[in-house]
Amino acid sequence: MADELKDKIREYVVDEYVEEGEDIEVKDDTPLISGGLVDSFSMVSLKLFLETEYNVKIPDEKATAEAFDTVNAIAALVREYKDA
Amino acid sequence: MVYGTAAREFYRNELVGIRNDGLFKEERYIITPQGADIEVEFPEGAPVKKVINLCANNYLGLSSHPDVVAAAHDGLEAKGYGMSSVRFICGTQDAHRELERKLTAFLGTEDTLLFASCMDANAAVFEVTLGPEDVVIADRLVHASVIDGIKLCDAQYDSYKHMDMKHLEKKLQQFADKRFRMVATDGVFSMDGDIAPLGEICELADKYDAMVLVDDSHASGFMGKTGRGTHEHCGVVGRVDVVTTTMGKALGGASGGCISGRAELVELCRQRARPYLFSNTVAPVVVTASLKVMDIISETTERRDKLEQNTLYFREKVTEAGFDIRPGVHPIVPIMLYNAQLAQDVARDLYEEGIYVIGFFFPVVAKGQARIRVQLSAAHEKAHIDAAIDAFKKVGEKYGILGLGKKEIIDKYGM
Repeated sequence: MADELKDKIREYVVDEYVEEGEDIEVKDDTPLISGGLVDSFSMVSLKLFLETEYNVKIPDEKATAEAFDTVNAIAALVREYKDA
Repeated sequence: MVYGTAAREFYRNELVGIRNDGLFKEERYIITPQGADIEVEFPEGAPVKKVINLCANNYLGLSSHPDVVAAAHDGLEAKGYGMSSVRFICGTQDAHRELERKLTAFLGTEDTLLFASCMDANAAVFEVTLGPEDVVIADRLVHASVIDGIKLCDAQYDSYKHMDMKHLEKKLQQFADKRFRMVATDGVFSMDGDIAPLGEICELADKYDAMVLVDDSHASGFMGKTGRGTHEHCGVVGRVDVVTTTMGKALGGASGGCISGRAELVELCRQRARPYLFSNTVAPVVVTASLKVMDIISETTERRDKLEQNTLYFREKVTEAGFDIRPGVHPIVPIMLYNAQLAQDVARDLYEEGIYVIGFFFPVVAKGQARIRVQLSAAHEKAHIDAAIDAFKKVGEKYGILGLGKKEIIDKYGM
C-alpha cells in the first residue's frame, strides 16, 4: 500500500543526500546513517525538513542516529510526534 | 577507588571494538627529521627501515629546511623557550605581532590572530562571530575541526552536497530570513585534493548576502601563482571574509594556526575567542621559524613551482602506469582502490618496497571509496618519484589492478 509520508521522506533523502552520479537505491529499510549515506551531523537538514513540512517538534534527545537510520524509523518518529 | 572495574571494562571493550572494526591506529616511530627520505621503526622494535615519505603535509619541504632550523635556533637564543602565559597577559612578543602582520600581507586580508593550531582557530571563529539568529552552511566534506567549531556555536547549522553550487544556492535561499549567513568550506579537501569553487561560492555569497569562511590548511603557501592559497588560485583574494589556516603543514610544519580576515571580526576573536584567551601562546621558537618561512615563500615561488612540477609528473606517471586516480592539480593524489582491505594490503606492500603511504577507508572516507593518499612535496627529487612509480607498478601488478577502472576493481575485490 502506498505510504505518502514514506514516499516524501524517501524523495527528500535522495534529493538531499545522494550525490550526483551516485548509484544508490534508497529503500524504506536502507540504513542511512549506519550505512554511511547520511552523516550524523548532516541529519540536521532532515530534522529541519520534517519539522517544517509536518509542523512537528522533534526533541533533540529523540533525534538520535538510530531514530533517523531508516525511512521506516523516520516515518514512525514523525507519526509519534504528529499524533502527540 | 575512582577508576573501578566497570570503567576499566568499558574502556577495554571500546578498544576491542576499535580493533575488531579494523580502525585501531598504530603510531610509527620516525627516527630522522621530517623529509623526503626518512627512517622508520615499525612495528615497535622492528629494524629501522629507510623509506621515501609520500604521506607528509610537508608540501614545500620546509619542515627541516636548514634556514628554518637556523631561524628556530636563533629564536630560541633571542626569545627564549616558553612564555608561560596566554597572549593577553604576558604572552605576546614583538615576534608574534610581526608574524601576524606578515601573514596578513601574504594572505591578502585585513588582520590575523595566531592560535596554537588551526583546530583551535576553527574552534574559536564560529562561536565568536555567529549567534542563534545566524546560520552556517558548510560543504559536507569539510574538515572535522570545522564541524567541531560549528558544534560549539549557537547558530543554526546546515550543509550542502560536496562542491554542489545548486544545492548551496538552495540553502542560501532557504535561510534568507537569518541575520547572518556564513558559508564554510575547505579551500582544498584533504582526502580528495578537490579544490573548492571559491569563485562561484563568492558569487553566491554576494547574491545572497553571505560571508565566506575558508579553511585553507592544505593550500596556504603553495596554491595560486604566488602560493597565497585557494583564494589566489580561484582569483578571489579580498573576497573571502575569513581564512583559517595552519603553520603545521606547508608553512614549516611545526604547529600553530590562525584566523585571518576582516579586521573587526579578527579583533572580536582577539577579545572573545576562548582558545585564544585560555590556551598558551604559540612558542617563540615556532614564531621565529615561521617568520623565516614567510620570508622564504615571499621572496621566491621556486618551492611552490617545484611542487607543482612534481605533482604534474607524479600524476602523469601514475596514470600511465594504469592506476585509477582522482583527476586534479593538487599534490594530494588519491589512488582509488575502493576496497578497504585492498587499500591496506597495497599500502603494506608499498612499505615493504620502501614507499611510505597510508590506506584510507570508511569512516575516514565514504564506504566503497577506499584509497591510498599520496602527497607530493617540493623536497622530492625526480629520483624519489621514479622510485615510487616503480614500486607502485610492482605492487599494482601483484594485485592485478593496473589498467582497471572503478567497476573492474570492485568486480574483482568488492566494495
